[in-house]
Amino acid sequence: MIPALLTLLAAQLAGETLTRLTGAPLPGPVTGMLILLLGFALFPRLVEVLRPLATGILGNLSLLFVPAGTGVVGHLDKIVAYGPALVVVLFVSTLAAIAAGALAFAAVARLTGTEFEQ
Amino acid sequence: MTDFAEIWSYLAQGPLLWLTATLAAYAIGAACFQAAGRRPWVNPVLIAVVLLASLLALTGTPYPVYFEGAQFVHFLLGPATVALALPLWDNLGHVKRAALPLLAALLAGSSVAVLSALGLAVAFGIDGEVLASLAPKSATAPVALGISDRLGGSPTLTAVLVILTGIIGAICTTPLLNALRIRDWRARGFATGVAAHGIGTARAFQVHPTAGAFAGLGMGLNAVLTAFLAPLALRLFQ
Repeated sequence: MIPALLTLLAAQLAGETLTRLTGAPLPGPVTGMLILLLGFALFPRLVEVLRPLATGILGNLSLLFVPAGTGVVGHLDKIVAYGPALVVVLFVSTLAAIAAGALAFAAVARLTGTEFEQ
Repeated sequence: MTDFAEIWSYLAQGPLLWLTATLAAYAIGAACFQAAGRRPWVNPVLIAVVLLASLLALTGTPYPVYFEGAQFVHFLLGPATVALALPLWDNLGHVKRAALPLLAALLAGSSVAVLSALGLAVAFGIDGEVLASLAPKSATAPVALGISDRLGGSPTLTAVLVILTGIIGAICTTPLLNALRIRDWRARGFATGVAAHGIGTARAFQVHPTAGAFAGLGMGLNAVLTAFLAPLALRLFQ
């Protein structure tokens, strides 16, 4: 548990530091994720050290959005003003993105002969 | 004997009360989700947010006081983002086997998600902080909040938009992809994960295990790509 937690926090710390040093557009934790991925490649034993903790956190990922989501109480004026437009934007954009992604995948799979075996 | 009002004023100032309330609200939301047969529109986060927002309004508690307690949960978003390296690592085999279709789907799904949202929003007259908050809405929440913060958006507004995006994606993906006659579980799952992150991924796992694995992969890759794409796209529309 402690080595796993230490690894996660150290990767995040390294990510935050690197992001600020280079001025990259990535959020620090995303850089941390890429650093951890590199760590897995260099030290494959790290994967099993991390697995129980990472599975636990990711299994309850949606709990972590609650504090930020509750911040909506400070934006009720904007929600009222833009609500209907935002709902239309989210519906159209999400459906278009799913369709574009799936159609692109299927088309390229057909072209490259990597189609799915049922 | 201390009366209830005194105990309340003591507890309401410390982090314990609101940390407990956050976990309790989420537990109630999760129980509703289970009881409803894990239907995507009974979202535990949305239920928890409505319960907590009502509680804050009823007790006249300002959000910063609530956040004193809730910050311990909020802090874990960073380590959770780092932990996404694990599912990505586990799926590297899939990535190598279907690299080209995955790359095409990632670029198409991710850029359509960001560009269509910003383009439509501008057409509706949305700008400034709200527009910046909207840009990363298809990325998984911990990453989207980080991106929104860097773009001058409002992370709390982004959190709500991200959750709604996930719910919309989870509800619509199956009928939409059936209508498009996409039968490849990899394509269906991956596109859902790219457009509708963790909530879409949870839905994909309910439908088919391969779809679920590819959805998780889509969510992870889109988190990285959106971090690059959202600032560029936002500059186009500002």
